Amino acid sequence: MSLLEVSDLHVSFRTTDGDVQAVRGVSFELDAGRTLGIVGESGSGKSVCTQTLLGLTTGARVRGTARFEGEDLLSVSEDEFRAVRGAKIAAIFQDPLSSLHPLYKVGWQIVEMIRAHEPVNRAVARRRAVDLLGLVGIPHPAQRIDDYPHQFSGGMRQRALIAMALALDPKLVIADEPTTALDATVQAQILDLLLRLQQENGMALIMITHDLGVIAGLADEVMVMYAGRAAERADRRGLYYRAHHPYTNGLLESIPSSGAAGARLRPIPGQPPSLIRLPSGCAFHPRCEFAMDRCTREQPELVPVEDGVRHASACWLPGRLLGTTEEMKRARQDAGAAGRTVERVPGQSTGQDAAVEEGAA
Amino acid sequence: MLRFLVRRVLSGVLVLWLISLFTFGLFYVAPSNVPRMICGRLCTQSQVELITKQLGLNQPLPVQYWHFLDRLLHGDLGYSYYNSQPVSTLIGNALPITASLAIGAAVLWLVGGVAIGVVSAVRPRSLLDRAGTIFALIGLSMPSFLIGILLLYFLFFKLTTAGLAWFPPSGYVGITSDPLEWAHHLLLPWFALAFITAATYVRLTRNQMLEVLGEDYIRTARSKGVARSRVTIRHALRAALTPVVTQFGIDLAGLLGGAIVTERLFGLPGLGELAVSSVTRQDQPVVIATVLLAAVFIVVANIVVDLLYAVLDPRVRLG
Repeated sequence: MSLLEVSDLHVSFRTTDGDVQAVRGVSFELDAGRTLGIVGESGSGKSVCTQTLLGLTTGARVRGTARFEGEDLLSVSEDEFRAVRGAKIAAIFQDPLSSLHPLYKVGWQIVEMIRAHEPVNRAVARRRAVDLLGLVGIPHPAQRIDDYPHQFSGGMRQRALIAMALALDPKLVIADEPTTALDATVQAQILDLLLRLQQENGMALIMITHDLGVIAGLADEVMVMYAGRAAERADRRGLYYRAHHPYTNGLLESIPSSGAAGARLRPIPGQPPSLIRLPSGCAFHPRCEFAMDRCTREQPELVPVEDGVRHASACWLPGRLLGTTEEMKRARQDAGAAGRTVERVPGQSTGQDAAVEEGAA
Repeated sequence: MLRFLVRRVLSGVLVLWLISLFTFGLFYVAPSNVPRMICGRLCTQSQVELITKQLGLNQPLPVQYWHFLDRLLHGDLGYSYYNSQPVSTLIGNALPITASLAIGAAVLWLVGGVAIGVVSAVRPRSLLDRAGTIFALIGLSMPSFLIGILLLYFLFFKLTTAGLAWFPPSGYVGITSDPLEWAHHLLLPWFALAFITAATYVRLTRNQMLEVLGEDYIRTARSKGVARSRVTIRHALRAALTPVVTQFGIDLAGLLGGAIVTERLFGLPGLGELAVSSVTRQDQPVVIATVLLAAVFIVVANIVVDLLYAVLDPRVRLG
């Protein structure tokens, strides 16, 4: 049994403009001590997905199951959920300044975390908080514990948040873009710290990011999300060297790499779709340069591609076309052209256009 | 900190001095004949001149003002033109009444307004929230005399004629002579005054809470597994309260200067009542004293509120 088994998770929010379908049938599992990277643009549903696991999506309609240590988090009572939250599943958020309460001392906030779950007195909790701050590399923790968040630097605040997340030795830590708000040099330090703590504590880690580069050295497995669905799932090597989904390949090609100085970045054309009015078929088809007629009609499921055991992709392109080599690109183009009856320009088309094209075809 | 305090006290003194100057000058802009009023219509001209001389009203205006200021700085507020009582005595009698009214009402509206505001914000668009919004709208749009009259009509007049004399009609009983009767007599005025002010606090608290509840640190608190009520009170309300406290200080100070309508309606001889009747009697020393006292409350409250702000929010630096 995996530590966490999410299956067919749907999350939607009712707004005055219509239902926002933030997550549309996502499944994944995570074993103890492993790291899962979830990658996607803003609005891909990656944060909503994990906030649902913490019970933070108030007002959302949630469907599916999320078994944590065998118990479905989505059907337990609020009190049972509260006991899990923080103690067994802890979270680290993006902006450490706004994620810490500005009016309470850093130590107070860590002590509160400990005392919310364990019947220890203030002095004991405080000693533990000092140890935790030391563990995450904050100098003079016994003094800094009485600082307010605004007296910390950005990197120190994120360290403090990490200390708080680790306070109760959680089985799973969800890090939602933990380095996005930090300077590049600090980013590397924080990632190193997370990795070291994970190895020491043996916790599982879900790392959410829009930056494939961040999880390159970190994740055992990566799930790429697009418009509320998983586009591709693979182990780290599979994803970086043998990506199947055109969206994953697009993400890989839009990473600035120091090795390819002078090479042009290839951004993915177009904008992520509206989650209220999604394109027909595959949600990525309006932006996909290989889109076929079928893509505008049928939504592809996540199916294994022709390499590893756990590599799967939700794309109608043949499963043998993997990676970003020129040869593979040509093969994809041929496959796309073969499945197409109408010429189309990626990035220009929208969901409505797709319906028109369909009618024309 | 010390520099801040010195600067604020100095500017406060300047404000008070300007107010004294304006209030003093105002009496000589409007046509009046104080000695004639004091003496009555049957006074002879020589009697009027004698009174004018006694009061120093024959001296040039700057000299009169200088004498007034000199006395004021020595703690002498002068004597009422109307009944010759020391102004300090008149104010000393009226201040406890106004303070009782204002502080009692302030506690009511603060507790009531913040509580309704929090409940509204925690369950937006619920029945409770809508009821709170309607309450706030009524309170904001209702003139203060109307709620007082309604309370008097239904809770005093109707009940009393029905044989249930639960509320006294008017008047004031000192808190030292009978605390229960003190509260009993003030209950209706407290509610009248609190009702119109509470509405502002409902709206302010609700808006602040809604804003704070969307903050990242509230998400953090919830992700920690802290109980929901604790997140609402210790995390959200604590952060939402800062502007409420600021508003509260200013409102309370404003009322300590006199709640004219409520005092008159419920027959409470407080500072507002004293100020209004003194204006109609052209009782200059009393008017100046009441105006200055009200100004002192406001000036002091502003300084206290700024200090409090720094206490409530560690990010604020005074300087």
